Parts: sequence; C-alpha cells; structure tokens
Amino acid sequence: MPTEVRGARTCPLLSRRALLAGGAGAVAAGLSGSLAVPALASDPATGGDGSFGMLVDLTECVGCRSCVYACQEANGWTGDPERPAIDGDQWTAVREVELPGDPGHVRYVRTQCFHCLDPACASACPVGALHKTPEGPVVYDAGRCIGCRYCMVACPFHIPRYQWETPLPLVAKCIMCAPRLERGESPACAEACPTGATTFGRRSELIAVARKRIADHPDRYVPRIYGLTEAGGTSWLYLSDVPFEELGFASVGSTPPPQKTQAVMEKVPVVAVGVAALMAVVRWWEGARESRDEARDARERAGTPSGKEPGA
Amino acid sequence: MKAEARWIPGRSRERSTTEKLVELGWGRLALWALALTGGLAMVYRLVRGLGATTHLNDAWPWGWWIAFDVMGGVALAAGAFVVAAWVHLFGKHRYAPLARPAVLTGFLGYLMVIAGLLMDLGRPYRIWHPIVMWQPHSVMFEVAWCVMVYTTVLAFEFSPVALEGLGWHRACRAVRRALVPMVILGVVCSVLHQSSLGSLLLIATYRMDPLWYSPLLPVLFFVSAVAAGLGMIQLEAAAASRVYRHRVEPELVEGLARGMAWMLALYLALRLGDWVSRGQGPWTRPVSLESVAAGLEVLVGAALPALVMSRKSWRQSARARLVAAGLAVVGVIANRIDSVLVSMRAGAGAAYVPSLLELWVTGAIVAAGVLGYDWVARHWPLFVEEPEALPGEARAQESRRPVGVTAS
Repeated sequence: MPTEVRGARTCPLLSRRALLAGGAGAVAAGLSGSLAVPALASDPATGGDGSFGMLVDLTECVGCRSCVYACQEANGWTGDPERPAIDGDQWTAVREVELPGDPGHVRYVRTQCFHCLDPACASACPVGALHKTPEGPVVYDAGRCIGCRYCMVACPFHIPRYQWETPLPLVAKCIMCAPRLERGESPACAEACPTGATTFGRRSELIAVARKRIADHPDRYVPRIYGLTEAGGTSWLYLSDVPFEELGFASVGSTPPPQKTQAVMEKVPVVAVGVAALMAVVRWWEGARESRDEARDARERAGTPSGKEPGA
Repeated sequence: MKAEARWIPGRSRERSTTEKLVELGWGRLALWALALTGGLAMVYRLVRGLGATTHLNDAWPWGWWIAFDVMGGVALAAGAFVVAAWVHLFGKHRYAPLARPAVLTGFLGYLMVIAGLLMDLGRPYRIWHPIVMWQPHSVMFEVAWCVMVYTTVLAFEFSPVALEGLGWHRACRAVRRALVPMVILGVVCSVLHQSSLGSLLLIATYRMDPLWYSPLLPVLFFVSAVAAGLGMIQLEAAAASRVYRHRVEPELVEGLARGMAWMLALYLALRLGDWVSRGQGPWTRPVSLESVAAGLEVLVGAALPALVMSRKSWRQSARARLVAAGLAVVGVIANRIDSVLVSMRAGAGAAYVPSLLELWVTGAIVAAGVLGYDWVARHWPLFVEEPEALPGEARAQESRRPVGVTAS
C-alpha cells in the first residue's frame, strides 16, 4: 500500500501555530502542485457555475486537526477541538477510523457540512433560515430559525447539530466560512491545512484535480469522488484510498432529496383549487336538490301544482 | 332556545371546596392533577431546554412529541372536517347531531397539537415566523400555514356552540351564514394538511426504512387520517352516551363504522399495493422491530378493524364497534410513531425512548383536552339534535334544543 505514511499520527505534538507558520505552505504546494487559491468574488467567469468547493484528500490527512483549531478560532467557538464528532459548538471534526481489515492502521476523516448543490436543509426550512449562496456555502440565518429541526431530519448526511443544552438553542453547522469568502479569503480550515488534504477552489477545477489524481495514481485511490453525485452533488468532494463506506460515509443516492418534496409541493395549488371547486359543486348540487325536494313537499302539502316555495 | 339546563347556576358559592371536589369526581380530579403537574413540567422544559428534559439528541432530532402529539394528534382530529363536509356540503343532515362533538374534538385536537409543537420547538416564541418569513418550497411551511388557517376555521365552526351557550344569538346567526365557505376552506386545509404530514417525510429519502418510505406517503397519511377521524367520533359517541347520558342514534354510529371500514379497506389496498410494487413488505424481512411493527400496524391496526366492521352483524354490536374504532385509532397512531421513530432507527444508529417528562407533558396536554371537552359538554349546547342548520332552513331552527346536558 502506498499510504504507509498516513498509518500513524505524525504531528500530534506540533502546535497549530507552528504548523500554520512552518510547513503548511511548502507541504501543500509540494503535494497538490498546481492548485493555487483562485481570486475570489471578482471572478465570476471561470468554469462551471463558478461556485467554490473543497477537496478533501483523505490520503493526505495526517490527523493534526489544524483545520478544527482554525475553525474554532475563526468562528469563535471555545470547545475542545480534539473531540471526534461535530457538535453544537464545533462545526468540523476529525475522526480516527481504524481500518476494518487492517488493524493498527487508521485513517483520519474530516466531517462537516457537505454544502449540497441542492441542499435538503434549505428546501426543508419553513422560514428560509438556511440557503445556498451562489458562491457555494449553505449558510444559516439564526435570527429566522424557529427550532423545528426539520433540517436535521432532511439532511442525508446527518450534519446539522442542535445546541441541546441551552434553553434557546440554534442549529449548528459549517458555513464554509462564507464571511471570509466575501472578504476574498479562503475558508480557515483550508488555509490551516499543512498537508493540502483540504484544498479550496472552484468546484469545477477541484473535480478536474481529483480526476487527475485518480488517473495518475490508480493504485492509490478508490476510483470514486465522494460528493460528485451524492444527493445531487455537493460542494465538498472527497478522495480516499479506502472504500468510503468503510470510513463511515453515508450511502446516499444521486437524487437530491428536495426533488422528492418538490414534486408534491408543485401539486399543492392544483389540489387546493380542485378540492375547493369540487366541494362547492357538491354543495351547490345538494342545495339545489334540497330546494327541489322542499318545493315538492310544499306543493304536496298545499295540494296545488305550483306555488311559492321556501328557499328556492 | 337558550341552554338552560346548565350545571351549577350560581349555587356554587354556598358549597364548600370539599363538596365541589367530590362533585367533580375522581376521574376529573385525576385529569386536573395530570394537567397541572404537566403544566409545571412544561415550564421546567422551557426553562431548562430540550437537552436537559427530553431524550432528543442529534441522532434523534424528532421524537415522541412530533410522532404522537403532532402527527398522531392531527390525524385524530380529521373527524371534524369529514363530518362537517358530510353534513354541510354533502347534505347528510342526519349526521348533524355528530357535527358539534366532532368539530369540538378537532378544535381541541389542533390546540393540543399546537401545545405539543410549542414544547418541541427550540424557540417557541418564534412560532409566528412562517407568517412573515415565507419559504414555499418547504413542506413544513405548508404545514404551518394549514395549522394556522385550519385552527382558525375550527374556531369558527365551533363558535356557534359558544355563542349559543353565551346567549349571543345574533352573532350566532351571522356565523351560520358564513358556515359553508368556511367548511369548504376547512376541507381544503385538511386535505392539504393531512397529506402534507406524509409529504414532510418524503425528504428523508435516505434515512427512512423503505417499509414506510413511499412516494404514496401523502395519500396514505390522508386516507388513514380519515379512518382514524371516523374512529375517534365513534369513541366520542360512546363516551357521550356513557358520561353525558346523550344517546346517539346507533344507526348513525353504524354509518360511521361503515365509512371507517371503507377507508381502512382503501388504506389497506394502497399500503399493500405500495409494498408489493416496490418489492417491500414485512414478509421480505427477518423478524425485527421494523418488520414486526409494520406487520402489527397493518394487521391489527387496519385489517382487523376493517374486517370486524365489514360484517353487518358485528357492525351492529356496540361493543364490537367500540373495539374496532379503538383498534383503528391506535393503528393510525402506531403508523405515525412507526413512520417518525421506528423507520428512522437504523439511520440514527442509536436507540430512542422518550423521557418521562416527554410522556408526562403529552399526558397533560391530553388531560387538558379531555377537561376542555368535558367543560364544554357540561356548560354549552354541545349535544343538540339539529345544529348549524343552513340559512333558509327554518324548520331546523325550531328543533334546536339541548339534550342531556347534565353531567353524570
């Protein structure tokens, strides 16, 4: 296996700052080569729809958690970044997965919002607290959220977290550093990654990079880009040397979940008008019949063939 | 005209508290105790937050309150729109004596659903947000609007009872004049709302067990809700005759039972057809919580009551009717619980059992609903022979009289 370096944690003792200052640039440049951080915002005319994305190459991750430290700092969270799972106050996490068929060997798996191209959470939210920006991030407007947690039920990747321990909680999930993108910076985690395991760029370009890596090193990668089609495609893309299911990635089909509800929601106006019209017709029909019956009764009582009848 | 058969007219001041409590009876005392302690539990939930008081967590964002209080509660309230439409739109005036209790059940049911929802929402004070913050792609948005509009409609449909009880007959007549359009609006809301609770789950396409996940969810939810609503009215008619000494014509209840059997049969046909066409069904699985729950839900909660009610001799037995209606109601509640909880178990990767507080709050809400029904039944003209006659039907006005408004 060509991934022997990744078998052990190589830099748990290095401080995050040292990583940022020191090896980050060199290692990233060395491993991922051509990928420069593109000019932001002012550059709408690049490939695809021009939206941004991330490429996480799990074969490059050494488990240093620089991304988590950077995320906590950039977003003002103070919890322990070494926690293995995302939480109400931690938007990204690095999980150590022991390989099923290979005891002693582990992979480090980053988890955070995948930023779907057609996000189920945004489609589900009744008040529009979640939406996908044209730049790529799925962002959250805390001021709108009523706390119904339908976004959590809708998400195919089980990503949104809730601040269960507070009396007035909010939904918590990665927003791909949307405010930093607006300032023309790249997301904090990508900037902090010392190995280039997390790289930031235009999604279309990242797909090309990922395809090239798989083509250049077919012995090294499983031939699959996770996120290319999952749930209709996500802004975050993953490469791995181990089948994704073994690393705990959700098995998600290629249909965007919002399509399922959209098909029904489109019928709502038709059903509403149709039912109202049907009921009105039924009522009118019954009303006419009752009037007829009453008129007939009245005639029979009066014994005359025609007369004034009530309610006609 | 005016409901003079009131209970305790002004005499209450002369009686001691103990006497009043005795008069209330053990059943009502227990309901009050449950409602009041549950009220404290609700305050505790709001102060401490969801994490400290419920067993909800990130793997189980929805739990008992959504499954039982909201999904189940709405389904059981479906009787209101069915009977209202049957009487006021389809001209089946024979069923009019059942209309007021059914509408009251629906109205209280929706208020109970809102109470449960307020407990479940992380920020309940923002429940009004969907009124101004529109997101029409969201099924939850549609659900929110249907709840708001239909609760208003139910309040309107119920208002003649209150207005008559208060002696405001002029207002009562004005309400009656607008009744037909309101009933139509109520039917539209109900059709949309009952089905949209099923549509709500369609987005969980990668999370739900295929025994419950189906493109037919909206249709299945609607049909089963109509069956459950008809079941609830039968249970109520039984309670009315026992507790309030109000005799409902057995012939009418039989009619409800027949309607319920048809709806259950339709539901069974749809459910089985859906399973077969998708290559699913409990019989394709080894024994597990999922397969047993789905099997019981359909066999005991739908097939058995449909079978019992399809035979005329059984349908004519009050006891058999009661059992069948009870089974259908429980079966539909089980379906909602299965859809929201059991079907998401595998995806959650962890177990969920509601906390004592979650159940307690539900108990309190149900107790408050029963007490509300009881209060109205004893103080306002709920059981009348020919309520809400349509404008122009003078003969109906004559025969409106309260029946058996004494408490047992």
